[in-house]
Amino acid sequence: MAIAIRKFDAVIVGAGGAGMRAALQLAEAGFKVAVVSKVFPTRSHTVAAQGGIGAALGNMGEDSWLWHMYDTIKGSDYLGDQDAIEFMCRMAPQVVLELEHFGMPFDRNDNGTVYQRPFGGHSQNFGERPVQRSCCAADRTGHAMLHTLYQRNVRANTHFFVEWMALDLVRDAAGHVLGVTALEMETGEIYLMQARATLFATGGAGRIFAASTNAFINTGDGLGMAARAGIPLEDMEFWQFHPTGVAGAGVLITEGVRGEGGYLLNRNGERFMERYAPTMKDLASRDVVSRAMATEIKEGRGCGPEADHVLLKLDHLGVEVVEKRLPGIREIARKFANVDPVKQPIPVVPTAHYQMGGIPTNYHGEVVAPRSGNPEAVVPGFYAAGECACASVHGANRLGTNSLTDLLVFGKASGERMAQFLRENPEHRDLPSDAADRTLMRLDRLESQRNGESVHQVGADMRRTMQAHCGVFRFPDLLVEGVRKILEIAERAQRTEIKDHSKVFNTARTEALELDNLIEVARATMISAEARKESRGAHDREDFAKRDDENWLKHTLWFKDDDRLEYKPVHLKPLTAATFEPKVRTY
Amino acid sequence: MHFRIYRYDPDKDAQPRMQDYQVDLEASDRMLLDALVRIKSMDDSLALRRSCREGVCGSDAMNINGKNGLACITRLSDLKEPVEIRPLPGLPVIRDLIVDMSQFFKQYHSIKPYLVNNDPAPEKERLQTPAEREELDGLYECILCACCSTACPSFWWNPDKFVGPAGLLQAYRFLADTRDQATSERLDNLEDPYRLFRCHSIMNCVDVCPKGLNPTKAIGKIKDLLVRRTA
Repeated sequence: MAIAIRKFDAVIVGAGGAGMRAALQLAEAGFKVAVVSKVFPTRSHTVAAQGGIGAALGNMGEDSWLWHMYDTIKGSDYLGDQDAIEFMCRMAPQVVLELEHFGMPFDRNDNGTVYQRPFGGHSQNFGERPVQRSCCAADRTGHAMLHTLYQRNVRANTHFFVEWMALDLVRDAAGHVLGVTALEMETGEIYLMQARATLFATGGAGRIFAASTNAFINTGDGLGMAARAGIPLEDMEFWQFHPTGVAGAGVLITEGVRGEGGYLLNRNGERFMERYAPTMKDLASRDVVSRAMATEIKEGRGCGPEADHVLLKLDHLGVEVVEKRLPGIREIARKFANVDPVKQPIPVVPTAHYQMGGIPTNYHGEVVAPRSGNPEAVVPGFYAAGECACASVHGANRLGTNSLTDLLVFGKASGERMAQFLRENPEHRDLPSDAADRTLMRLDRLESQRNGESVHQVGADMRRTMQAHCGVFRFPDLLVEGVRKILEIAERAQRTEIKDHSKVFNTARTEALELDNLIEVARATMISAEARKESRGAHDREDFAKRDDENWLKHTLWFKDDDRLEYKPVHLKPLTAATFEPKVRTY
Repeated sequence: MHFRIYRYDPDKDAQPRMQDYQVDLEASDRMLLDALVRIKSMDDSLALRRSCREGVCGSDAMNINGKNGLACITRLSDLKEPVEIRPLPGLPVIRDLIVDMSQFFKQYHSIKPYLVNNDPAPEKERLQTPAEREELDGLYECILCACCSTACPSFWWNPDKFVGPAGLLQAYRFLADTRDQATSERLDNLEDPYRLFRCHSIMNCVDVCPKGLNPTKAIGKIKDLLVRRTA
């Protein structure tokens, strides 16, 4: 079957913060760029970010990119690459100010500058005391940022392919990336989007878990596509459980609540974070707070009839502060927890939130993979940015606000790098004759499958398995059994059957194709987690309770072929600063 | 719980129809979207848009018992049975609950929804007092779900000529921004019997906005600016 080919200079998959920031860079430089997105750009999951963007503007008191860098490295439990982290923290003020110039409605101080709030793990003078570094628009920062970036792209005439789902990466025999295949959802037609440079900005895959703060669309499409095309996935064992998801609903309550002065209570009314993190208390990094909460619950000090959550108290902040700084939280708490937080505390539990790992890149956004002895050889024509990428700036645990910083910094950096590549490589490479074969086979399989299982059933089993076997605390027997179960579910995922065979906006088909991607992420996560015999950041093992720098200060690489694992060194050498040597982490 | 849902697949249906679903809900199903997802797990042919499931992405706008709203923040306990669900009114239906939003976005794009400031960018931020920034509250929070515009009779009759409440709310969002320099071009763009003045203050938009925003008020403020300009 011949499929239609559309030719561009660059194709960007995903129209969240990273994709749109990169698109802007390319569109404004005059390149013909196509942005392919499953959803209208402002529906991308960046929209749900609440608390702010981390950048050492110093508007609220002394701050420096070096302190931000230290906090990020410490937050990463020393697994982050220090060159990439230096790059991000140095660039952060510039990209935030650019966003302000684009029209971002940041909150303001009396002197007219951008308001910044305290956030978990961000400190002054290398951990001395909390610092106000999070640049925010109330508790709707992601929404304001995503709309601002979309608006700026409207101005730049960026070409969006809205409700198009990318299906597979196209590579030639030499390994060059030449674009993607994509499904136009409204018509059911398949296209080959040919490009000289391809960027994945497809976001996370939190939907591998049963309870997640993530949107339905967060199905790890970029990771699935990369894995099927032979690209490894890095550090997939590291998943952030956000301390404050609404109990039962999973909806996110920003850390900004604690930044503005809220705190956590156990069933005895005790502010327990004082015991776990004497200096930073409720503003310790997320892995630390989530573990503390899970420990309180495990030891019987949880709240409610089932003692299965803790309480987030903010009524002491007063209606005025809540209405001004946290209006969205009040709305969410009323809707999803049936409490008005200006009067009652919000029941919260640690909830799967963010994937620290992803497609391996360097700090220019170029995808790197092992080749002939070089663990980080550039994959020509291929770029990744944002949550789907692993630069690695978040290491084993991301600090709050650094996700939006990551999107802006690496969205822009990859856009610039792609522009340079496009200038140096003016010709399209020839498409191999089998360019669309993998996609066509997948679609063919799905259309012709009979007596298969429903996508819903297989997906539910995957989510339950991930939740039960790969949560905040990880146990050796559960991990081993989890690997066995996930491989079994992955087998079943190859025989899913859909009843709906319509050409028009067939969401049964897109959900089946999404499951193909989720399952790769689940496999990578479980297998990488079982193999890492230490506790670091968000990866906490009962049988190896301590961080082990001697054996495990290294990045995991998972390959889909045979579920093979390789490891590569952490970049301990920053670009200009002195190395921050790993040390014991206390908050 | 009993649901009656609009179904139409142009690939196989000659006519739209209403389909009844009787669903056993679980305790965790609190919002309408939870129920729709459960229905979809039994009948995978039901097509709808959804994403964030917390009322910020604007995907799952639909007509629920006669009123536009977001399925993800509509409580099941507040709904009368049978719960009748239709696509947003006034826009072409692609399939089931999915409408073609091209016209809606075309109107949004027509108001130049981006900050215009031709001065060279300063080294730091453009300053804005908290009071000036407050002018944007109630405007920037729009999620482009189209509940308002598709509840507006003026938009139903003239979707190609009337900007509609969502677009006009955003037009005012930029007019109200002290950093924006295109006030007079923006007003020129709207001074037209249709683009702005088809609004007859019916206020359906205010009634349905799931974010509690007030497009009618913003439209009034644009009209004030126009009056002041000619005075």
